[in-house]
Amino acid sequence: MERLWSDFAKGIKIENPVLRLVLGMCPALAVTTSAINGIGMGLATTAVLLMSNILVSLLRNMIPRKIRIPSFIVIIASFVTIVDYTMAALVPPIHQALGIFIPLIVVNCLILGRAEAFASKNPLVRSVADGLGMGVGFTLALTVLAAFRELLGAGTVFGVAIMGTTYQPAIMMILPPGAFLGLGFLMGAMNWWDRRARRAELKARKEALTHG
Amino acid sequence: MADLVVIFFAAALVNNIVLIQFLGICPYLGVSQFLDSAIGMGGAVIFVMGMSSMVTWVIQHQFLERFGIEYLQTVAFILVIATLVQFVEMVMLKFSPPLYKALGVFLPLITTNCAIMGVALLNITDGYTFVETVFHALGSGIGFFIVIVLFAAMRERLDRADVPGPMKGTPIALVTAAIMSLAFMAFAGFDVTAMLGG
Repeated sequence: MERLWSDFAKGIKIENPVLRLVLGMCPALAVTTSAINGIGMGLATTAVLLMSNILVSLLRNMIPRKIRIPSFIVIIASFVTIVDYTMAALVPPIHQALGIFIPLIVVNCLILGRAEAFASKNPLVRSVADGLGMGVGFTLALTVLAAFRELLGAGTVFGVAIMGTTYQPAIMMILPPGAFLGLGFLMGAMNWWDRRARRAELKARKEALTHG
Repeated sequence: MADLVVIFFAAALVNNIVLIQFLGICPYLGVSQFLDSAIGMGGAVIFVMGMSSMVTWVIQHQFLERFGIEYLQTVAFILVIATLVQFVEMVMLKFSPPLYKALGVFLPLITTNCAIMGVALLNITDGYTFVETVFHALGSGIGFFIVIVLFAAMRERLDRADVPGPMKGTPIALVTAAIMSLAFMAFAGFDVTAMLGG
Protein backbone atom coordinates (compact mmCIF):
# COMPACT_ATOMS: atom_id res chain seq x y z
CA MET A 1 0.00 0.00 0.00
CA GLU A 2 2.81 2.36 0.94
CA ARG A 3 4.65 1.54 -2.25
CA LEU A 4 1.53 2.28 -4.27
CA TRP A 5 1.26 5.65 -2.57
CA SER A 6 4.88 6.48 -3.39
CA ASP A 7 4.32 5.40 -7.04
CA PHE A 8 1.47 7.87 -7.13
CA ALA A 9 3.01 10.73 -5.16
CA LYS A 10 6.36 10.89 -6.92
CA GLY A 11 4.72 12.24 -10.07
CA ILE A 12 3.33 15.23 -8.22
CA LYS A 13 6.47 16.70 -6.73
CA ILE A 14 9.77 14.80 -6.76
CA GLU A 15 9.42 13.70 -10.39
CA ASN A 16 6.93 16.27 -11.62
CA PRO A 17 6.90 15.74 -15.39
CA VAL A 18 6.93 19.41 -16.38
CA LEU A 19 8.85 21.08 -13.56
CA ARG A 20 11.37 18.32 -12.81
CA LEU A 21 11.70 15.91 -15.73
CA VAL A 22 11.17 18.70 -18.31
CA LEU A 23 8.88 16.45 -20.37
CA GLY A 24 5.79 17.46 -22.30
CA MET A 25 6.95 21.03 -22.67
CA CYS A 26 5.15 21.82 -25.93
CA PRO A 27 1.59 21.54 -24.59
CA ALA A 28 2.70 23.06 -21.27
CA LEU A 29 3.77 26.21 -23.08
CA ALA A 30 1.27 26.32 -25.90
CA VAL A 31 -2.16 25.83 -24.34
CA THR A 32 -1.71 27.52 -20.96
CA THR A 33 -3.25 30.84 -21.98
CA SER A 34 -6.19 30.32 -19.63
CA ALA A 35 -6.70 28.11 -16.60
CA ILE A 36 -9.54 26.15 -18.19
CA ASN A 37 -7.37 25.21 -21.19
CA GLY A 38 -4.61 24.11 -18.80
CA ILE A 39 -6.98 21.77 -16.96
CA GLY A 40 -8.46 20.48 -20.23
CA MET A 41 -5.06 19.61 -21.67
CA GLY A 42 -3.95 18.10 -18.36
CA LEU A 43 -6.99 15.84 -18.11
CA ALA A 44 -6.80 14.76 -21.76
CA THR A 45 -3.15 13.80 -21.28
CA THR A 46 -3.93 12.03 -17.99
CA ALA A 47 -6.65 9.98 -19.70
CA VAL A 48 -4.30 8.85 -22.47
CA LEU A 49 -1.46 8.20 -20.01
CA LEU A 50 -3.67 6.11 -17.71
CA MET A 51 -5.17 4.01 -20.51
CA SER A 52 -1.84 3.43 -22.24
CA ASN A 53 -0.18 2.49 -18.94
CA ILE A 54 -2.98 -0.04 -18.28
CA LEU A 55 -2.76 -1.66 -21.71
CA VAL A 56 1.04 -1.66 -21.85
CA SER A 57 1.21 -3.19 -18.39
CA LEU A 58 -1.32 -5.91 -19.29
CA LEU A 59 0.51 -6.75 -22.53
CA ARG A 60 4.02 -6.38 -21.12
CA ASN A 61 4.81 -10.09 -21.34
CA MET A 62 3.29 -10.50 -24.78
CA ILE A 63 5.03 -7.71 -26.71
CA PRO A 64 8.38 -8.88 -28.15
CA ARG A 65 11.22 -6.68 -26.93
CA LYS A 66 12.42 -5.73 -30.38
CA ILE A 67 9.19 -4.15 -31.55
CA ARG A 68 8.11 -2.71 -28.21
CA ILE A 69 8.51 0.97 -29.15
CA PRO A 70 6.36 0.78 -32.34
CA SER A 71 3.79 -1.24 -30.37
CA PHE A 72 3.65 1.41 -27.63
CA ILE A 73 3.27 4.14 -30.24
CA VAL A 74 0.31 2.35 -31.86
CA ILE A 75 -1.34 1.83 -28.46
CA ILE A 76 -0.86 5.49 -27.53
CA ALA A 77 -2.02 6.77 -30.92
CA SER A 78 -5.24 4.71 -30.67
CA PHE A 79 -6.08 6.17 -27.26
CA VAL A 80 -5.25 9.67 -28.47
CA THR A 81 -7.72 9.22 -31.33
CA ILE A 82 -10.40 8.07 -28.86
CA VAL A 83 -9.78 11.07 -26.57
CA ASP A 84 -9.70 13.44 -29.58
CA TYR A 85 -13.11 12.34 -30.89
CA THR A 86 -14.63 12.13 -27.40
CA MET A 87 -13.59 15.71 -26.62
CA ALA A 88 -14.87 16.95 -29.99
CA ALA A 89 -18.26 15.47 -29.11
CA LEU A 90 -18.50 16.46 -25.43
CA VAL A 91 -16.55 19.72 -24.99
CA PRO A 92 -16.28 21.35 -28.45
CA PRO A 93 -15.04 24.79 -27.22
CA ILE A 94 -12.07 23.29 -25.35
CA HIS A 95 -11.37 20.92 -28.25
CA GLN A 96 -11.32 23.94 -30.54
CA ALA A 97 -9.00 25.93 -28.26
CA LEU A 98 -6.50 23.07 -27.87
CA GLY A 99 -6.41 22.51 -31.65
CA ILE A 100 -3.60 20.35 -33.01
CA PHE A 101 -2.19 19.87 -29.52
CA ILE A 102 -4.71 17.07 -28.92
CA PRO A 103 -3.45 14.81 -31.73
CA LEU A 104 0.05 15.88 -30.68
CA ILE A 105 -0.42 14.13 -27.30
CA VAL A 106 0.83 11.13 -29.25
CA VAL A 107 4.34 12.62 -29.45
CA ASN A 108 4.34 13.80 -25.83
CA CYS A 109 7.52 12.16 -24.56
CA LEU A 110 5.94 11.82 -21.10
CA ILE A 111 3.54 9.10 -22.25
CA LEU A 112 6.01 7.01 -24.23
CA GLY A 113 8.50 7.57 -21.41
CA ARG A 114 6.18 6.14 -18.76
CA ALA A 115 5.23 3.19 -21.00
CA GLU A 116 8.88 2.34 -21.56
CA ALA A 117 10.30 3.17 -18.12
CA PHE A 118 7.47 2.01 -15.89
CA ALA A 119 4.41 0.26 -17.31
CA SER A 120 6.37 -2.24 -19.41
CA LYS A 121 8.19 -3.45 -16.29
CA ASN A 122 5.57 -3.29 -13.54
CA PRO A 123 2.24 -4.98 -12.69
CA LEU A 124 -1.13 -3.43 -13.44
CA VAL A 125 -1.97 -1.79 -10.11
CA ARG A 126 1.39 -0.05 -9.77
CA SER A 127 1.21 1.15 -13.37
CA VAL A 128 -2.22 2.64 -12.69
CA ALA A 129 -0.85 4.48 -9.64
CA ASP A 130 2.13 5.71 -11.66
CA GLY A 131 -0.05 6.89 -14.56
CA LEU A 132 -2.47 8.68 -12.23
CA GLY A 133 0.34 10.35 -10.28
CA MET A 134 2.18 11.56 -13.37
CA GLY A 135 -1.12 12.72 -14.88
CA VAL A 136 -2.09 14.65 -11.76
CA GLY A 137 1.40 16.20 -11.58
CA PHE A 138 1.17 17.24 -15.23
CA THR A 139 -2.34 18.66 -14.78
CA LEU A 140 -1.32 20.58 -11.64
CA ALA A 141 1.74 22.10 -13.30
CA LEU A 142 -0.29 23.15 -16.35
CA THR A 143 -3.14 24.57 -14.27
CA VAL A 144 -0.84 26.58 -11.99
CA LEU A 145 1.08 27.98 -14.96
CA ALA A 146 -2.14 28.74 -16.85
CA ALA A 147 -3.80 30.40 -13.85
CA PHE A 148 -0.68 32.53 -13.29
CA ARG A 149 -0.60 33.62 -16.95
CA GLU A 150 -4.34 34.27 -17.06
CA LEU A 151 -4.18 36.30 -13.82
CA LEU A 152 -1.43 38.61 -15.07
CA GLY A 153 -2.40 38.62 -18.71
CA ALA A 154 -6.15 39.07 -18.43
CA GLY A 155 -6.78 39.79 -14.73
CA THR A 156 -9.00 36.71 -14.39
CA VAL A 157 -8.71 33.10 -13.20
CA PHE A 158 -11.12 30.55 -14.72
CA GLY A 159 -12.83 33.58 -16.27
CA VAL A 160 -13.58 35.16 -12.86
CA ALA A 161 -12.28 38.73 -12.54
CA ILE A 162 -9.76 38.87 -9.68
CA MET A 163 -7.67 41.96 -10.16
CA GLY A 164 -10.44 44.56 -10.12
CA THR A 165 -11.41 47.01 -12.85
CA THR A 166 -8.40 49.32 -12.51
CA TYR A 167 -5.95 46.53 -13.42
CA GLN A 168 -4.19 46.99 -16.74
CA PRO A 169 -3.61 43.44 -18.05
CA ALA A 170 -0.03 42.61 -19.04
CA ILE A 171 -1.07 41.14 -22.39
CA MET A 172 2.43 39.80 -22.95
CA MET A 173 1.70 37.06 -20.40
CA ILE A 174 -0.95 35.43 -22.59
CA LEU A 175 1.15 35.88 -25.72
CA PRO A 176 3.94 33.38 -26.54
CA PRO A 177 6.77 35.13 -24.59
CA GLY A 178 4.69 34.95 -21.41
CA ALA A 179 4.64 31.15 -21.65
CA PHE A 180 8.43 30.89 -21.57
CA LEU A 181 8.71 33.55 -18.89
CA GLY A 182 5.99 32.03 -16.69
CA LEU A 183 7.38 28.51 -16.89
CA GLY A 184 10.94 29.73 -16.29
CA PHE A 185 9.97 31.53 -13.12
CA LEU A 186 7.69 28.69 -11.97
CA MET A 187 10.62 26.27 -12.26
CA GLY A 188 12.89 28.75 -10.51
CA ALA A 189 10.38 29.11 -7.66
CA MET A 190 10.13 25.33 -7.33
CA ASN A 191 13.94 25.05 -7.11
CA TRP A 192 14.10 27.84 -4.54
CA TRP A 193 11.40 26.21 -2.41
CA ASP A 194 13.21 22.88 -2.62
CA ARG A 195 16.55 24.35 -1.60
CA ARG A 196 14.96 26.06 1.38
CA ALA A 197 13.32 22.84 2.50
CA ARG A 198 16.59 20.98 2.13
CA ARG A 199 18.48 23.63 4.09
CA ALA A 200 15.89 23.57 6.90
CA GLU A 201 16.18 19.81 7.07
CA LEU A 202 19.98 19.97 7.32
CA LYS A 203 19.73 22.56 10.07
CA ALA A 204 17.24 20.47 12.04
CA ARG A 205 19.50 17.45 11.73
CA LYS A 206 22.50 19.44 12.94
CA GLU A 207 20.56 20.78 15.91
CA ALA A 208 19.40 17.31 16.80
CA LEU A 209 23.03 16.18 16.78
CA THR A 210 24.34 18.98 19.00
CA HIS A 211 21.45 18.72 21.49
CA GLY A 212 21.15 14.97 21.42
CA MET B 1 4.73 32.42 -56.84
CA ALA B 2 4.32 35.38 -54.48
CA ASP B 3 1.94 33.23 -52.39
CA LEU B 4 4.62 30.61 -51.95
CA VAL B 5 7.18 33.19 -50.81
CA VAL B 6 4.67 34.53 -48.30
CA ILE B 7 3.99 31.02 -46.96
CA PHE B 8 7.72 30.39 -46.68
CA PHE B 9 8.54 33.57 -44.74
CA ALA B 10 5.42 33.37 -42.60
CA ALA B 11 6.40 29.85 -41.53
CA ALA B 12 10.07 30.71 -40.94
CA LEU B 13 9.74 34.03 -39.12
CA VAL B 14 6.25 35.38 -38.40
CA ASN B 15 4.78 32.12 -37.09
CA ASN B 16 8.09 30.68 -36.00
CA ILE B 17 7.48 27.08 -35.15
CA VAL B 18 9.38 27.12 -31.84
CA LEU B 19 9.00 30.61 -30.45
CA ILE B 20 5.44 31.38 -31.56
CA GLN B 21 3.77 27.99 -32.09
CA PHE B 22 5.57 25.99 -29.37
CA LEU B 23 6.38 22.95 -31.46
CA GLY B 24 9.68 21.14 -31.02
CA ILE B 25 10.44 22.58 -27.58
CA CYS B 26 12.10 19.35 -26.41
CA PRO B 27 15.02 19.45 -28.89
CA TYR B 28 15.09 23.24 -28.60
CA LEU B 29 15.89 22.95 -24.89
CA GLY B 30 17.63 19.57 -24.99
CA VAL B 31 20.05 19.83 -27.94
CA SER B 32 21.06 23.47 -27.58
CA GLN B 33 23.98 23.07 -25.19
CA PHE B 34 26.57 23.21 -27.96
CA LEU B 35 26.56 25.05 -31.26
CA ASP B 36 27.74 22.03 -33.30
CA SER B 37 24.97 19.72 -32.16
CA ALA B 38 22.39 22.49 -32.63
CA ILE B 39 23.46 22.84 -36.26
CA GLY B 40 23.23 19.06 -36.74
CA MET B 41 19.80 18.87 -35.16
CA GLY B 42 18.56 21.84 -37.19
CA GLY B 43 19.76 20.27 -40.43
CA ALA B 44 18.16 16.92 -39.60
CA VAL B 45 14.85 18.64 -38.81
CA ILE B 46 14.77 20.56 -42.13
CA PHE B 47 15.44 17.33 -44.00
CA VAL B 48 12.94 15.10 -42.20
CA MET B 49 10.28 17.80 -42.02
CA GLY B 50 10.38 18.28 -45.79
CA MET B 51 10.18 14.54 -46.51
CA SER B 52 7.54 13.71 -43.93
CA SER B 53 5.30 16.62 -44.94
CA MET B 54 5.26 15.45 -48.54
CA VAL B 55 4.57 11.83 -47.60
CA THR B 56 1.85 12.60 -45.05
CA TRP B 57 0.14 15.00 -47.49
CA VAL B 58 -0.08 12.23 -50.09
CA ILE B 59 -1.27 9.72 -47.47
CA GLN B 60 -3.99 12.07 -46.23
CA HIS B 61 -5.36 13.03 -49.64
CA GLN B 62 -4.75 9.83 -51.61
CA PHE B 63 -5.55 7.20 -48.99
CA LEU B 64 -7.30 8.43 -45.86
CA GLU B 65 -9.75 10.73 -47.65
CA ARG B 66 -10.33 8.45 -50.61
CA PHE B 67 -11.35 5.57 -48.38
CA GLY B 68 -13.10 7.73 -45.77
CA ILE B 69 -10.87 6.65 -42.90
CA GLU B 70 -9.70 10.07 -41.67
CA TYR B 71 -10.06 8.92 -38.08
CA LEU B 72 -6.89 6.88 -38.60
CA GLN B 73 -4.94 10.12 -39.23
CA THR B 74 -3.06 10.22 -35.91
CA VAL B 75 -2.07 6.55 -36.04
CA ALA B 76 -1.13 6.67 -39.73
CA PHE B 77 0.95 9.85 -39.46
CA ILE B 78 3.01 8.78 -36.47
CA LEU B 79 3.74 5.38 -38.01
CA VAL B 80 4.69 6.93 -41.35
CA ILE B 81 7.00 9.43 -39.66
CA ALA B 82 8.65 6.77 -37.49
CA THR B 83 9.19 4.49 -40.49
CA LEU B 84 10.45 7.33 -42.65
CA VAL B 85 13.01 8.37 -40.05
CA GLN B 86 14.32 4.80 -39.79
CA PHE B 87 14.47 4.57 -43.56
CA VAL B 88 16.30 7.89 -43.95
CA GLU B 89 18.78 6.77 -41.32
CA MET B 90 19.54 3.55 -43.21
CA VAL B 91 19.80 5.24 -46.60
CA MET B 92 22.11 7.90 -45.19
CA LEU B 93 24.36 5.32 -43.54
CA LYS B 94 24.63 3.41 -46.83
CA PHE B 95 25.14 6.26 -49.28
CA SER B 96 26.65 9.14 -47.37
CA PRO B 97 28.55 8.23 -44.21
CA PRO B 98 29.82 11.81 -43.66
CA LEU B 99 26.26 13.14 -43.74
CA TYR B 100 25.24 10.32 -41.41
CA LYS B 101 27.97 11.33 -39.00
CA ALA B 102 26.76 14.92 -38.99
CA LEU B 103 22.98 14.33 -38.83
CA GLY B 104 22.49 10.62 -38.14
CA VAL B 105 22.74 10.69 -34.35
CA PHE B 106 19.86 13.14 -34.22
CA LEU B 107 17.52 11.11 -36.40
CA PRO B 108 16.13 8.72 -33.73
CA LEU B 109 15.37 11.74 -31.54
CA ILE B 110 13.25 13.20 -34.30
CA THR B 111 10.51 10.56 -34.21
CA THR B 112 9.10 12.03 -31.02
CA ASN B 113 9.78 15.60 -32.10
CA CYS B 114 6.37 17.20 -32.11
CA ALA B 115 7.46 19.78 -34.68
CA ILE B 116 7.50 17.12 -37.42
CA MET B 117 4.06 15.75 -36.58
CA GLY B 118 2.76 19.27 -35.86
CA VAL B 119 3.77 20.61 -39.28
CA ALA B 120 2.31 17.50 -40.96
CA LEU B 121 -1.02 18.21 -39.20
CA LEU B 122 -0.91 21.95 -39.92
CA ASN B 123 -0.45 21.25 -43.64
CA ILE B 124 -3.76 19.39 -43.55
CA THR B 125 -5.74 21.70 -41.24
CA ASP B 126 -4.64 24.81 -43.15
CA GLY B 127 -5.67 23.17 -46.43
CA TYR B 128 -2.39 23.61 -48.31
CA THR B 129 -1.85 22.20 -51.80
CA PHE B 130 1.11 19.92 -52.38
CA VAL B 131 3.45 22.70 -53.52
CA GLU B 132 2.37 24.98 -50.67
CA THR B 133 3.01 22.09 -48.28
CA VAL B 134 6.60 21.83 -49.49
CA PHE B 135 7.21 25.56 -48.97
CA HIS B 136 5.48 25.55 -45.60
CA ALA B 137 7.54 22.58 -44.41
CA LEU B 138 10.83 24.03 -45.63
CA GLY B 139 10.02 27.42 -44.10
CA SER B 140 9.17 25.82 -40.76
CA GLY B 141 12.32 23.71 -40.84
CA ILE B 142 14.52 26.68 -41.61
CA GLY B 143 12.77 28.68 -38.88
CA PHE B 144 13.62 25.88 -36.45
CA PHE B 145 17.24 25.88 -37.65
CA ILE B 146 17.59 29.65 -37.17
CA VAL B 147 16.28 29.71 -33.61
CA ILE B 148 18.04 26.61 -32.33
CA VAL B 149 21.39 27.85 -33.67
CA LEU B 150 20.90 31.35 -32.23
CA PHE B 151 19.79 29.89 -28.93
CA ALA B 152 22.76 27.50 -28.72
CA ALA B 153 25.16 30.38 -29.31
CA MET B 154 23.54 32.26 -26.44
CA ARG B 155 23.51 29.28 -24.11
CA GLU B 156 27.23 28.70 -24.58
CA ARG B 157 27.74 32.15 -23.08
CA LEU B 158 25.01 31.74 -20.50
CA ASP B 159 26.97 28.85 -19.00
CA ARG B 160 29.63 31.27 -17.87
CA ALA B 161 27.21 33.91 -16.58
CA ASP B 162 26.55 34.36 -12.88
CA VAL B 163 22.92 33.29 -12.55
CA PRO B 164 21.07 33.18 -9.19
CA GLY B 165 21.10 29.60 -7.82
CA PRO B 166 17.49 28.50 -8.27
CA MET B 167 17.38 29.91 -11.82
CA LYS B 168 20.39 27.93 -13.07
CA GLY B 169 19.90 25.56 -16.03
CA THR B 170 16.47 25.18 -17.60
CA PRO B 171 14.74 28.13 -15.85
CA ILE B 172 17.18 30.73 -17.16
CA ALA B 173 17.13 29.06 -20.60
CA LEU B 174 13.34 29.52 -20.62
CA VAL B 175 13.65 33.19 -19.67
CA THR B 176 16.16 33.64 -22.50
CA ALA B 177 13.70 31.94 -24.85
CA ALA B 178 11.03 34.40 -23.66
CA ILE B 179 13.19 37.33 -24.73
CA MET B 180 13.87 35.68 -28.10
CA SER B 181 10.16 35.05 -28.54
CA LEU B 182 9.48 38.71 -27.78
CA ALA B 183 11.98 39.67 -30.46
CA PHE B 184 10.37 37.32 -32.98
CA MET B 185 6.94 38.80 -32.29
CA ALA B 186 8.22 41.93 -34.02
CA PHE B 187 8.05 39.97 -37.29
CA ALA B 188 4.25 40.08 -36.97
CA GLY B 189 4.34 43.43 -38.76
CA PHE B 190 6.55 42.05 -41.52
CA ASP B 191 4.70 42.36 -44.85
CA VAL B 192 6.25 40.08 -47.47
CA THR B 193 3.79 41.02 -50.22
CA ALA B 194 4.72 44.69 -49.90
CA MET B 195 8.40 43.78 -50.09
CA LEU B 196 7.84 41.92 -53.34
CA GLY B 197 6.15 45.03 -54.67
CA GLY B 198 2.73 43.31 -54.90
